[in-house]
Amino acid sequence: MTASSALLLLGDSRFPTGAHAHSAGIEASHGRGDITSVRDLAEFIDGRLATSAPTEATFAAASCAARDSYVHLDTELTARIPSPRLRSVSRSLGRQLLRPAEQAWPSVTFAELRRLHAEGPLQPIALGAVAAAAGLTPADAALCLLHHLIGAITTAAVRLLGLDPFAVHALAARVGPLLEQIAADAALHAGLPVQDFPSTNSLLADILAEHHATWEVRLFAS
Amino acid sequence: MWAFGHPGTRPLRIGIGGPVGSGKTALVAALCRLLAAEISTVVVTNDIFTTEDAEALRRMAVLADDRIAAVETGACPHTAIRDDISANLDAVENLEARHAPVELTLLESGGDNLTAIFSRALVDKQIFVIDVAGGDKVPRKGGPGVTTADLLVINKTDLAPMVGADLAVMDRDARARRGDLPIAFTSLVSPDGAAVVAAWVVDQLAAWNARVG
Repeated sequence: MTASSALLLLGDSRFPTGAHAHSAGIEASHGRGDITSVRDLAEFIDGRLATSAPTEATFAAASCAARDSYVHLDTELTARIPSPRLRSVSRSLGRQLLRPAEQAWPSVTFAELRRLHAEGPLQPIALGAVAAAAGLTPADAALCLLHHLIGAITTAAVRLLGLDPFAVHALAARVGPLLEQIAADAALHAGLPVQDFPSTNSLLADILAEHHATWEVRLFAS
Repeated sequence: MWAFGHPGTRPLRIGIGGPVGSGKTALVAALCRLLAAEISTVVVTNDIFTTEDAEALRRMAVLADDRIAAVETGACPHTAIRDDISANLDAVENLEARHAPVELTLLESGGDNLTAIFSRALVDKQIFVIDVAGGDKVPRKGGPGVTTADLLVINKTDLAPMVGADLAVMDRDARARRGDLPIAFTSLVSPDGAAVVAAWVVDQLAAWNARVG
């Protein structure tokens, strides 16, 4: 398998990692009345791409490049995710990614990832390591993470609000060049000492995630 | 703790799917009442809305609360039991490890449409539950659940006269679809309503244990 076909496979939302049950914060923001249109959705995406996304993309790139031990990367990223709920969600997505990836791209790396934390590795750490096992580059890993983020946001918005799917996907296409730029930056930042990695995050999203977890009725797990 | 892969032997996993309101949760509750005293059982529910079915089972107190886990499905129960089973396998393996040795794992799908079916990587046997109030033409429409499930349960037979459903027609159409695969007509509101299904489960469990033992 060539790297580009591996990238398409790993980037495909149908790759079975359980991510389909998550809205990347869209349901929580929608519940607060923050998102009612494609324009609102564009602002939500802009916000995420300016805050937590570059941080997570950098850790995915660093994990792919094996810049530091997975344990150290995982610890540093944990410190950058204030919400216990979002940490737990990220670990569930990380361990669920290992299951199909281990069969698709066998590697000795997986044993180490499984030992990393009782609940599994954080999703960006897992994704970076899987990307490396699949023969991808750190920039590919970062781009894949960003692509999944946009996919989760747009899919949830279409399901929850009934937004025009063509308009929503046109929006996803428009942010494509920005994703590539963030991914390239992430690959560069991944060369820094880990403590100097970006630490931008979306505090409102962290707070809303905690509230969302207490909702009696919700469609998405996060 | 979480684990990958399967041990040499593991519990029999039975999926219970079917349309909304057909009686899946009632069937799971009845099976637990009839079997759980003798057979170590855990249950995983899949819901469209958060953890509704798991909470209902806990309220009915058919099993200890920590033997029931809910998987949230992002509005797509059929995806979580068929196309992307990661979260379900995660929940199943977790429960089975926590309560080892488990003999029987029941997985309830969220209410869905006639095309929903469990992945063979998730369950060993599956039960599809429809009900007479959904219309007596449902067996004729077919779909993978009606056609291929290891047991087809046609529930709410007590309502047949009230909704104008012809049980003979349902039986004939279901047999035409299913060949020799079994069909159970039930009325789960009656005290012994699920006995025939419980007997089927016990048979499946005996066959499973004979195979892996």
